[in-house]
Amino acid sequence: MKRIGIDVGGTNTDAALLDGDRVVAAVKTFTTADVTTGVRTALKDVIAKAGPAADDVVAVMIGTTHFTNAVVERRNLGRAAAIRVSLPASASLVPFCDWPKDLAAKVNGGIYLVQGGHEYDGRPLMPMDEKAVAEAARKIAADGVGAVAISATFSPLTAECEERAAEIVRNEAPDVHVTMSSTLGRIGLLERENVALMNASLIGLARETTQAFVDAVADSGLGAQLFITQNDGTVVKAEAAREYPVFSFASGPTNSMRGAALLAGIENAMVCDVGGTTADIGCLVNGFPREANNVVEVGGVRTLFRMPDLLSIAVGGGTKIGRDPVTVGPESVGYRLAQEAMVFGGAQVTATDIAVASGLIRLGDTSRVAELPKDFVAAALKKMHENIAEGVDRMKTDATEVPLLAVGGGAMLIPDAMPGISEVIHVEHNEVANAVGAAMAQISGETDRIYRDMDRDEAIAHAREAAIDAAVASGADRATVKVIDVEDLPLSYLPGRAIRTRVRVVGDAAAMRAEVPA
Amino acid sequence: MTTLAQRSPSQTHRTLSADDIEALAVGAWILGTGGGGDPYHKLLNMRLLYEAGRSATLIDPMTLADDALVGVLSNMGAPLVGQERLADPEFALKPVRMMEEYLGRKFDAVMALEIGGGNGVHPMMVGALTGYPVVDADTMGRAYPEAQMTSVAVAGLRCYPLTMADIRDNEIIFPRAASWRWMERISRKACTEIGSVAATCKAPRTGAEVKQHGVLYSVSKAIALGTEVLRARAEHTDPIEAVLSITSGQRMFTGKIVDVERRATEGFLRGKARIEGLDAFAGKEMVVHFQNEYSVAYLDGAPVVMTPDLICLLDSVSGEGIGTDVLRFGQRVSVLALPAPSVFLSEQGLAAVGPRAFGFDLDFTSVFKENQA
Repeated sequence: MKRIGIDVGGTNTDAALLDGDRVVAAVKTFTTADVTTGVRTALKDVIAKAGPAADDVVAVMIGTTHFTNAVVERRNLGRAAAIRVSLPASASLVPFCDWPKDLAAKVNGGIYLVQGGHEYDGRPLMPMDEKAVAEAARKIAADGVGAVAISATFSPLTAECEERAAEIVRNEAPDVHVTMSSTLGRIGLLERENVALMNASLIGLARETTQAFVDAVADSGLGAQLFITQNDGTVVKAEAAREYPVFSFASGPTNSMRGAALLAGIENAMVCDVGGTTADIGCLVNGFPREANNVVEVGGVRTLFRMPDLLSIAVGGGTKIGRDPVTVGPESVGYRLAQEAMVFGGAQVTATDIAVASGLIRLGDTSRVAELPKDFVAAALKKMHENIAEGVDRMKTDATEVPLLAVGGGAMLIPDAMPGISEVIHVEHNEVANAVGAAMAQISGETDRIYRDMDRDEAIAHAREAAIDAAVASGADRATVKVIDVEDLPLSYLPGRAIRTRVRVVGDAAAMRAEVPA
Repeated sequence: MTTLAQRSPSQTHRTLSADDIEALAVGAWILGTGGGGDPYHKLLNMRLLYEAGRSATLIDPMTLADDALVGVLSNMGAPLVGQERLADPEFALKPVRMMEEYLGRKFDAVMALEIGGGNGVHPMMVGALTGYPVVDADTMGRAYPEAQMTSVAVAGLRCYPLTMADIRDNEIIFPRAASWRWMERISRKACTEIGSVAATCKAPRTGAEVKQHGVLYSVSKAIALGTEVLRARAEHTDPIEAVLSITSGQRMFTGKIVDVERRATEGFLRGKARIEGLDAFAGKEMVVHFQNEYSVAYLDGAPVVMTPDLICLLDSVSGEGIGTDVLRFGQRVSVLALPAPSVFLSEQGLAAVGPRAFGFDLDFTSVFKENQA
């Protein structure tokens, strides 16, 4: 089964065509201001390079940082109103209350608090004030605000209030787009609402971008289905991504780590991705990045996103190397490597120069670093090796030796051996690991709910069914779905043996499986 | 014992700055020893109150008149419910007004039941709303889960009356209870019924009682702790060292969490976290047991810190406190011991909050020589 993965990064748009687990062709192109042109070029180039092998590509998977950048750079954002069903609770901390002021000013399309919501045990907190919801909907439409985020107390447990409120809004204001916070998961009203509001404000951009991707794929002449990669290393159909742009926020580093796993054929390993400025170290567990535990901020807004747990250290191809005493970074020449590095005619000793002088790589004018004292070169390399080894050790979670996958343009700076690492594996095509990761993405489903009066096994079984249903609804083939994470937390103080259970599952895309002859 | 307690007379009455409040939230979370709930929502409320021109005033407990009436405030319930039903200053004020009406007298000041976690910030919301000064003291010096685990309970002071408010129009007064334990049991039942979150005003205290039996200067201690951590973060220096630099605390361990086990029994979140050593502690293992808060820590099998000494688990990089409900595999943590308030070192104190009160068959030994019983 053939598929094309595309990673639209800040600088490069990479594409890789895979046949099963094999990379048939890979290209690197520049990202364009309109994103679409870069995607068209990358698609055209990779198809041309693959030749007849590109004929039966069944899926194109695109990962993009476009939506994150929109929030971080405060551009292309639409206005979004907030309807929160929670009164009389939570009245003092209104929607947008913990947003950076400039971002809130740009996005806030009106705040409406109404009575209703639920308790932790599923009892209604208060009856929902349907009249107030209808009034809010009419006002939102009259204000010309195009999208609304609806949140309600304990909606991840029971979405009844949000669903009824959404129905009312659709009746009263059919042109207003609705995002329900319960569709974005997880306990934590403020953070869940923040994500819903961001989603609502990105809806216009998401529709436009997704349509551009759809057109680019259609124009390529491939009869392939389009998927968009998500934060957790999985994909959704383009139609779903159009509705939930926030799920595509952090796909870059995730795709890179997933790609490294595929290229090496290893599912449990450390990954060290050495770029121009930093080395990003992460940990692969069952083929997926281990996630950070802390609250993740995007553009200054607290969210519940699950992002890969990465340690960034200042070792990259452009890292400045000092003498007397020997220092490594933290400054980097960055994108000016091609002018400032010694091997390229510059005057600054960089990590790349040390790599060339050590014979690790042939690049530029090697004679320009021939004069560097041997003990200085050795000391600088030793220091970089030590920094990387220390970072890897910090990110490891157990004492067992595991392999380390070396990826990125600066992978030659990674030492061949370090404590706690069984072997260092330099994988082929590592420069397009992110596009490979996009191509191999699967479809996920997740639940996070509180169960009462159930024993632990029963609660987990229920949660697993709900997660699998969610994955299938997103386009996964039920037969291939497997559980990759189970977490349960007994809740103190709550009566009736309450247990909070989170289950995450992944499976292959059903559309792609259908192409495999029975 | 508390070096932070030394204050000059000019500071007996001071308006807290917005920065003080930020620091208080960080410090209170550290002193929460894993419990008491994340102060974030209460901090947000304080930011809004400050933006609206209000502020909280901190007073030295020693300036209280003996017959002053002090409201002891807390939010009661499950931290998880607090993530969906957000803290609200008006709601925190309700039981205060109920108590005043019940007693037929206004409060002169308010104070925290516990400095640890969100409840350390709780009375500040009421102070900012009403103008009541907040006493620089609490009754735990940390966070504990139950009503009888306070300095005033250990001292045998009266446990009633107690007022409790729901966000709906439900108000509950507990005029009398046979003991602190009975007050805990009965009020907990009511709290559960109204959604496992309630604003409460505990048995009021006189100025004399606060001066004699309160854990004094715990608010300034939390602010000082938070200030140092925030400074270390801004200057990119080690926040753990910053905490140690201004307390008589000790670093017990540094490592990464390799296993977390939790179970809920009798209304508590119990369990343990296994931490594998890093840096100077490489090759060693610490196991920290918890019952809502961290209670006993074992180093390579031997108990090395136990309640009432404070066991603080902090994020090694940020210095942020880590709650027992968000402990997770892979976190890099430092374990610190801080000395217990002296009130808990007596026979009665240890009976209420010593290791045996949490089901550990251990005789209390302190990390700190001067605290040895």
